Amino acid sequence: MGLMARFTTIVKAKASKALDKAEDPRETLDYSYEKQLELLQKVRRGVADVATSKKRLELQAAKLEQNVEKLDGQARQALQQSREDLARVALERKKAVQLQLQSIDEQRAQLQGEQDKLVLAEQRLSAKVEAFRTRKETIKAQYTAAEAQTKIGEAFSGVSEEMADVGMAIERAENKTETMRARAGAIDELLESGALTDITDGRDSIDRELEQLAIGGSVDAELEKMRAELGPGSGASGQGSIESGEKAS
Amino acid sequence: MIVRILGEGQYRLDDAAFAAVSEIDDRVQAAAEADDEAGFASALTELVDAVIAKGSPLSADELHASDAIVPGHGTTLAEARELLSSEGLIPN
Repeated sequence: MGLMARFTTIVKAKASKALDKAEDPRETLDYSYEKQLELLQKVRRGVADVATSKKRLELQAAKLEQNVEKLDGQARQALQQSREDLARVALERKKAVQLQLQSIDEQRAQLQGEQDKLVLAEQRLSAKVEAFRTRKETIKAQYTAAEAQTKIGEAFSGVSEEMADVGMAIERAENKTETMRARAGAIDELLESGALTDITDGRDSIDRELEQLAIGGSVDAELEKMRAELGPGSGASGQGSIESGEKAS
Repeated sequence: MIVRILGEGQYRLDDAAFAAVSEIDDRVQAAAEADDEAGFASALTELVDAVIAKGSPLSADELHASDAIVPGHGTTLAEARELLSSEGLIPN
């Protein structure tokens, strides 16, 4: 048995479950139409769900993007202060955040693919449901129950097969968004506590060291300024004040 | 013959085209049995592309049951197995 035959069997089995047949085929028509509308609603919800998950990933990506820029700025600042060790730490962290970003991008692309598929599925099902509705009214108006039974056969199996197909597409999209949500949740947790906090906090260890360097630098500058103002002979250590004194005279 | 590509719509194929597609189907099945993921992926792509190339698409508002159904583009071997086992079909 080929793969095609096996898929045909499985989808036909799902299709026959998608719509239940009533005693009177004309009742079946109305009932199955209701079922079709329900499924259409479900696909539309599915599209919205996927879009929400995608949005969440985009927000996370934006946050991580900011981290990359910040770490890059820190690395430059550290290098300007001749602190290669600190610059290295910042760049290592930047690399780690970039890897996270890359995986988020891949997930986002996957969700986009699912969304596109569901949108197309919704369009196809929509067209079939509308065709079914038209056919149903014609059949109900023109035929007796016995005649309707044979007339609706093809329309019925055509639409229920589409329903089975769409049902499987929704299931797959649901599974994917579920997985994404779990991963997104894990990244949120990382952002909120522990591992990534050092990187994402307003004041991380690199910031503190750079700040120390900046404080040290400005204190030196201010000392220098005071010495210049006080003029020669005011320095306790001599060397610096003599120099500035010589310059002043 | 009408062939449905899951998630991608239905196509009408003449007998010669359907025979050609069935030959590719044998290779897809062989790759699945050999647990050959790459072979499965390439044979399935070939199969789906052949249905699209050799067939003419059924308009979305036509109501016809399909004679044969194939998984869509990008279905992995694992996904195919999962789909097939979801109804408890015994593989043969």
